[in-house]
Amino acid sequence: MHIPDGFLTTGVSIAAWAASAGGLGYALRRVNKTLGERQVPLMGVTAAFIFAAQMLNFTVIGGTSGHLLGGALAAILLGPWAGTLVLTSVLTVQALLFQDGGLLALGANVFNMALVGVLVGWAVYTLLTRLLGSRAWALFAGGFLAGWLSVELAALAAAAELALSGALAWQVVVPTMGGIHALIGVGEGVITVAVLAFLRVVRPDLLTLGRAAQSSEESVP
Amino acid sequence: MNRLRRNWWVAGLLLALAVAVLSPLASPHPDGLERVAEDQGFIDRAQDPPFRVIADYLFPGIQDERLATILAGLLGTVIVFALVFGLSWLIRRRRSRSHDRPVPPSDPGLHADS
Repeated sequence: MHIPDGFLTTGVSIAAWAASAGGLGYALRRVNKTLGERQVPLMGVTAAFIFAAQMLNFTVIGGTSGHLLGGALAAILLGPWAGTLVLTSVLTVQALLFQDGGLLALGANVFNMALVGVLVGWAVYTLLTRLLGSRAWALFAGGFLAGWLSVELAALAAAAELALSGALAWQVVVPTMGGIHALIGVGEGVITVAVLAFLRVVRPDLLTLGRAAQSSEESVP
Repeated sequence: MNRLRRNWWVAGLLLALAVAVLSPLASPHPDGLERVAEDQGFIDRAQDPPFRVIADYLFPGIQDERLATILAGLLGTVIVFALVFGLSWLIRRRRSRSHDRPVPPSDPGLHADS
């Protein structure tokens, strides 16, 4: 759902840039306080995997495809603020080197995928694993719903930007964007769970780093 | 196996590169946003980018489209890894430096947004 230049008005694009810059500044301050030694390579690997996986579009329905966004996955593995930095880096490289997503629209794409996508994924996963505990099926249910809802709300954020730009009426863009991404979100949920299940077998310790980063911060006086 | 456990991130990077090699298998269909833009008739509003480096994930100058896609994917994966590893390494280094010094109790950095 990388928005190209031209879909959004300059005003909406600049407003999204401002919101993203604010969110990124906040994310940097938080990461500055919590980043652990072992998170450095994990951030690099997570970013590399998300970039590669975003190239692998999968067909959903009616000649339409989707691909992993990775916002929920990054949030679960790294915590919300390091996850935001990872997604922002991926989106920036895609816009600058691969002409995937516009330059003026980069602020909106960061807002939708690196902020909304990551933070929604984190909130859903945290809520569900707190309610259900840390049994395997609870991690997987949390991962699936976090992935699905992160894509759905990122798509609705994009829909709102399109409506505010006058590209489409609200009553058209919300159901069309929301509808197709409800299907794409299933793929996101499945891939997110697959990666969590794989890591749970090979490196279960990596699954607790994200939460550890967040709780070490909460314990700071 | 022990070496693999210590250097798990090398294995992780190799896995990401393996996914990039699979990129020619990607569905050629438009994605969700492109589908909506086509169906609702505003796809033509998309502007051409002001410059092109590796546009459409095709490494320039290579005839074989699958090979061009794989090369673009591998290069992008390495660049993203290096960028994020470097960025987080810099953040980490700054952080451990400031931790070496005793932090005065009134340090605003600790309370800025807690």
